[in-house]
Amino acid sequence: MSGTAIDAPDHDHDHDHEVDEHAPQTLGDGAAPPSEFELTSRALQELLQEQGLLTADQVRRYMEALEDEYPQRGSQVVARAWVDPEFKRLLLEDGKAACAVMGIPVGSRLIAVENTPDEHNVIVCTLCSCYPRDLLGTPPTWYKSDNYRSRVVHEPRAVLQEFGTVIPDDVTVRVHDSNADMRYVVVPMRPAGTDGWSEEQLAAILSRDTLVGVALPSA
Amino acid sequence: MMTAPAAVGSPPGGPSSFTPAPAARFSVGDRVRVRVTHPPGHRRTPSYIRGKVGEIERICGEFPNPEELAYGFDGEPRRTLYRVRFMQADVWAHYAGSAHDMLEVELYQHWLEPAADLI
Repeated sequence: MSGTAIDAPDHDHDHDHEVDEHAPQTLGDGAAPPSEFELTSRALQELLQEQGLLTADQVRRYMEALEDEYPQRGSQVVARAWVDPEFKRLLLEDGKAACAVMGIPVGSRLIAVENTPDEHNVIVCTLCSCYPRDLLGTPPTWYKSDNYRSRVVHEPRAVLQEFGTVIPDDVTVRVHDSNADMRYVVVPMRPAGTDGWSEEQLAAILSRDTLVGVALPSA
Repeated sequence: MMTAPAAVGSPPGGPSSFTPAPAARFSVGDRVRVRVTHPPGHRRTPSYIRGKVGEIERICGEFPNPEELAYGFDGEPRRTLYRVRFMQADVWAHYAGSAHDMLEVELYQHWLEPAADLI
């Protein structure tokens, strides 16, 4: 791809290949010129498609799954841990291995941290927005905000309160900065009144926010 | 690319997905201080934690050095990554929460020095 072609956000395809009108549009929406990363990503995808190594539909399906399917996985994993003590033990010891048992591939190392009557866990990435995408999909806007990232490390209780989550003073708040190669998921305490519930019922009360640690599940 | 692998995984007690770190300089429980240095470039050590003293919570394993990976190098030699636990009161001068509150950060070995050396 020539330099002039990638300089223009709405460039014409001046090389020889079929333009797929339904290809994912990663270029700018007109509000701002696309970033270098967007251009690199787009160019790489075009090359891979030209080589027959990747189709636009595969990319689209991946993005769709990231939105629709992946966010269910974290809830399913924790619901399993709530009903199966042996699985929970494995999850806390080696999160990636535990997810593999459920047929859920996790790309990075996963550390599951358990809330107890004495300890509440909350996750942040102060450097960017590292997030357990394999289990929770794409991170919410607030997780990526400067406000959350800068404040939850030094005033976690105030931030949690803004989410409506009040942690008693005698409970330790343990903040995890997901700043390098590990990814984290919170295992909340199973609420009272859920005896005999199926994994599906339990998964339904395990929202994304409870698995990041800014909210608590309730029956 | 979307297909889940066969649901086998490591059996409990089997090999861990956490890579071993035979060259680990520190052990769980060791007191360490984060180096205070401000080199340019891509660093995975947050500024707020530089100079603070904490305790090794776990050894995560050995990983390609992200400071090299960021510039297209292969990240070799790999570096040992730790989880270091800090008491919030030791990190922030006017921390408002409980004295038991903790903050855990992932730190590479070359950013850590034994806290005992400083006494």
